[in-house]
Amino acid sequence: MKFIFTRDTWQEIFGAIRKNKMRTAITIIGVFWGILLFIVLQGAAKGMENGFDNAFKGMATNSIFLWGQQTGMPHGGFNRNRSIRLELSDTDRIANQIEGVDFVAPRNARGVFGGAAPLVVNDTKSGSYKVFGDYPIIDKIARKKIRKGRFLNQKDIDENRKICVIGERVLTELFDKDEDPIGQYIKISNVYFQVVGVYKENTTDFFEGDDSVFIPFTTFKKVYNSGNRISWMVIAGYPDEDIVQVETKVKALLKRRYSVHPDDERAFGSANFGEMFGKITGFVKGLKFTALVVGIATILAGVIAIGNILLITVKERTKEIGIRRALGATPGEIRGQIILESVFLTLLAGTLGITTGGVSLRLINSITQNLDDFPFLNPTVSIQYIGMALLIMITLGSLIGLIPAQRAVSVRPIEALREE
Amino acid sequence: MIQIDELHKSYHMGSNELHVLKGINLDIKEGEFVSIMGSSGSGKSTLLNIIGMLDLADKGSYVLDNVPIKNLSEKKAAVYRNKFLGFIFQSFNLINYKNAAENVALPLYYQGISRKIRKEKSLYYLEKVGLADWAHHLPSELSGGQKQRVAIARALASEPKVLLADEPTGALDTKTSYEVMDFLQSINDEGKTILVVTHEPDIADMTKRIVMLKDGRILEDKKVEQIRASQYV
Repeated sequence: MKFIFTRDTWQEIFGAIRKNKMRTAITIIGVFWGILLFIVLQGAAKGMENGFDNAFKGMATNSIFLWGQQTGMPHGGFNRNRSIRLELSDTDRIANQIEGVDFVAPRNARGVFGGAAPLVVNDTKSGSYKVFGDYPIIDKIARKKIRKGRFLNQKDIDENRKICVIGERVLTELFDKDEDPIGQYIKISNVYFQVVGVYKENTTDFFEGDDSVFIPFTTFKKVYNSGNRISWMVIAGYPDEDIVQVETKVKALLKRRYSVHPDDERAFGSANFGEMFGKITGFVKGLKFTALVVGIATILAGVIAIGNILLITVKERTKEIGIRRALGATPGEIRGQIILESVFLTLLAGTLGITTGGVSLRLINSITQNLDDFPFLNPTVSIQYIGMALLIMITLGSLIGLIPAQRAVSVRPIEALREE
Repeated sequence: MIQIDELHKSYHMGSNELHVLKGINLDIKEGEFVSIMGSSGSGKSTLLNIIGMLDLADKGSYVLDNVPIKNLSEKKAAVYRNKFLGFIFQSFNLINYKNAAENVALPLYYQGISRKIRKEKSLYYLEKVGLADWAHHLPSELSGGQKQRVAIARALASEPKVLLADEPTGALDTKTSYEVMDFLQSINDEGKTILVVTHEPDIADMTKRIVMLKDGRILEDKKVEQIRASQYV
């Protein structure tokens, strides 16, 4: 192996490569392309993963939205089509009795799922916006990006404070430009509320958008006389809990409580966010795996192309090899040179590909940076993957180099010299 | 220097067997200048290839500088070729992407000689063949005679015991042929053993001994009065 590190060996190799620029260029294009695709695909998959991670940041992804509907079967002396309204006490019941539930956030809302949106008035300006009665814990389900002021807190709940947090659109529509809304009063359904915060739209919110108003749950109850009824609840499971099973258990419990037939699928509506999120993560994982497989296969194809071209050039160089052997080159030296040429070309192409891939990812990143609703962030490739790609290239490069190398030494010098 | 005893060689072409060498006995002393002559098919090239360890004999013995040449592995043959023999070919066989100096240095590279000495030696031998000024030219920039002189310099560079020339003037015009022969004669004058395969009688007359081959046998083996090529140059 000593010959790998001697200057002379490399001079021979560089000589052979430099004097055959065209062949060298064609040879490395395959591997260059392969590794470029590998890097870009990996980076893109990673960027997508990062993008989704970022979008779901500060979000209880392992959660279910649950609301009451109308029964689909008669049960317990009740007719079908009985409306079910969930109550506040259900949240504690679920939180305490169902295993694996982290917390439950009840919500009340006006202006969502049909129903007229309440009128919100500030002086001469007014508009209809969705109004949510919330506990502070809702922030744990989907973190509100607070731009100014603060979000709801427990004291607001305890003291039934008439305060509100408004969305950015509400701000621009009800207030003058440059006007500070914090501390000002606006009228919601004819009740004055003090603005304590402004939130920014979060792309992963389902309902809020940027045109909603949050008020304390307890205040909502008084203003809209909703009693103990809630519009829906969000049930968050622990991160590694099987959320589908939690959903089943919660529904079973609620069916018992509201005398609903155990097989009635219509009484409670739900959206299993955990399941959806699982599908997205699964999709990203699948994407990464596909990228890996495609990338490696492309590298493989590129390396095979190198072997192929080397094989052709060995045939072209039969005479040169014959001369070298007549001058005293041992078969080992010839073989070593061809294999080293193969590995060197592979690595050269690989390095070029990795660099170009990195630059491409940078470009992609800067292009997509300002696209808010495109889940793509920091497309990177881990050093392990690059190391693995290089290792694959060296291994395959030397393996594939063996074929032309063996061919080169199998030609007897006399035959090589006779060839004109 | 070279002792060949009852050497046989045959080639198999399908079901036909072509008996090329039918018992050659040849003894070449150090410092001799021998030409092997014969019509095509007489086996002269085959004999040279066997002497050059580029081909193997079927039967008989071959001793080169007191080393019996038999059952050689490819690796060992390469080492012996490098150490004992210098080749000169009809078609020069220079590596076309290496310049003259690099071509001359190539056998030294395979001897594992350091770069510096390789460079010195290659320049020394190019000087010897009068091509020092052409050291950095590619073969394509040289004339036929110059190419052959580079090839001779290359053959000499490894300081071999025996110089083997296969039709060295076959691709050259008469004038250049004589120039090349002049070189070979001066090298021989310095004591180098040289073996030339040729079918040109005038070239053969410039050596000191002519071995006539016919149908795989030695027809005639005679010492001749050497004609100096310099008188034509």
